[in-house]
Amino acid sequence: MRRLIWLSVVVAVAIAYPLLLSSPFQQRLGALVLLYAIAASAWNIVGGYAGQVSVGHVVFFGCGAYAAMGSYAKFGLSPLLGIPGGIVIAVGLAAIIGVPTLRLSGHYFSMATIAVAETMRLIVTNTDWLGAAVGLSGPTVPRNIFDLSFLSSLPYYYLFLVILAITLFITWWMTNSRMGFYLRAIKDSERAARSLGAPASRTKLYAYMLSAAFTSVSGALYAMMFGFVDPESGFGILISVKILIMAALGGAGLLFGPLVGAAILVPLEEISNSWLGGKGAGLTFVLYGAIIVLIARFQPGGLLSLFTRRRKPTSDTGAGHAP
Amino acid sequence: MSFVLVQVIVGGLLLGAVYALFSSGLTLVWGMMNIVNFAHGDFVMLGMYVAYVVYTLMGGGPILGAPLATLVLATVGVVVYFALIRDIMKGPMLAQILGTFGLALLLRYSVFWWFGANFLSMPQDIVGGTYAFAGLRIEASRLLAGVVALLVTLGLHLLLTRTSLGSKMLAVAEDQTAAQLMGIRPDTMQAIAWAIAAGATGLAGALVANFFYIVPTVGETLSIVAFVTVSLGGFGSVPGALVAGLLIGVIESLSGYLIGAVYKDIVVYVLFLFFLWFRPQGLMGKM
Repeated sequence: MRRLIWLSVVVAVAIAYPLLLSSPFQQRLGALVLLYAIAASAWNIVGGYAGQVSVGHVVFFGCGAYAAMGSYAKFGLSPLLGIPGGIVIAVGLAAIIGVPTLRLSGHYFSMATIAVAETMRLIVTNTDWLGAAVGLSGPTVPRNIFDLSFLSSLPYYYLFLVILAITLFITWWMTNSRMGFYLRAIKDSERAARSLGAPASRTKLYAYMLSAAFTSVSGALYAMMFGFVDPESGFGILISVKILIMAALGGAGLLFGPLVGAAILVPLEEISNSWLGGKGAGLTFVLYGAIIVLIARFQPGGLLSLFTRRRKPTSDTGAGHAP
Repeated sequence: MSFVLVQVIVGGLLLGAVYALFSSGLTLVWGMMNIVNFAHGDFVMLGMYVAYVVYTLMGGGPILGAPLATLVLATVGVVVYFALIRDIMKGPMLAQILGTFGLALLLRYSVFWWFGANFLSMPQDIVGGTYAFAGLRIEASRLLAGVVALLVTLGLHLLLTRTSLGSKMLAVAEDQTAAQLMGIRPDTMQAIAWAIAAGATGLAGALVANFFYIVPTVGETLSIVAFVTVSLGGFGSVPGALVAGLLIGVIESLSGYLIGAVYKDIVVYVLFLFFLWFRPQGLMGKM
């Protein structure tokens, strides 16, 4: 019951936010928080629930972003129509990375993800058809509503809110399904789970593919909002970093962890960028690095686990049990 | 074979020796503590900047820069071990990967903030000119880097296999509790391993600083090179890292020459994925 009350409060605040705080800056900030929350929630499916730390998650983000912009720039279609293509490519890539590495120890998976992300960035940077280093642009003047090109951030805000709700709902549904039980068992002890018949590699792979699909959608939405994508904003390691740090700060493996992380870090970055200007770019990531190290060292379960741990001492956040 | 091809292969071997040197550090820590240091390439980057600072502030060449970079990075390694690694080692996998990944960002962007994103470089003749033997032309700086890296990597192998310190480290890697009962302090041994691993990256950084561009983001590429080398060589194996490092150096040079400079990294990364698919235990390692 208390959960339901909390949930309705969160939903009410989310719906009312852009109407109460209605300056363009605030609406844009809200839309960005939701956008990153979608990407971080998608990461959470594999990084948090399956315990497989993907440090190159941007590769799926880029697939989505390029598919959306490509469908406009190359075929003159609505960027929306690129989304299914982006999902297919992302899920395929996830299989290519996941099938061999998810059988091995988690380190191999992490290393492979970063290598694939770099490979994709280099390939795209050197492919003229995809705009090489310049990237692809979306429609400058929207032809109709399906181009999803708006001047105000308000339509984006509600669009992102709906997609985030879908992402979180499917995550919640997954954790309560058979797959969720497998994932929890595998995370606690893969050997024990395997010996009891849980298909460990396959379950992790499904989680990874699901995560890739949602990350791809978030990339497509990002490209639509900003109207372009280039190799750095599509496949750059720093996007991976943002996705990962938001999920980890809020609480990896907790449903609302990524949203909390995004709600803290996105405003922080916007503020530090507007205060420090271009000179602050490096400093923001020094701060991010420091935050990641501190989380890993002191609170690997993230901020939200501070609350959940009190309620049930043997939380499944992954904090505090030996590997 | 044409002379050009031989030239390319020799260049690849010399660079590959440096890859082998810093990858040995990664493989040592991985084999001993089962932790992957995602900041490994950024340690190499720090070594490059130490060498650069030594040159700009004191005018010292690699004779001063290389030992200093080794020392500074060995210290960094010990500090990182006691401040971070020792605790995250006991934590979940997420904490281990996030911890060193965060460290990589911290180092990379601190340097970025301080020195800027510009490409720095050392004067071309800092080591000496270019030698020519038997029709091959080899820059002195690359020759120095390759030879020193090869010797130090072999020395590292001997240290680990032929000395009592090496046996103690191996004992800790095998079974911490048993080692402790034999009067070996796991903590000390692991700190020494981090000092050696980071020291090796410092030396490697100082050696390549003489002919590489010095830029904060070089660490990311070098980290991946180290991952590839270690996966290829089998984890925990210094001789494996040596063979794999030389091989990768040659493959990189050849693909740079035959296909095009921008594709040499892609070839190496794809090779890495190929190995993960078909032979994850590496060329000479065990699972």
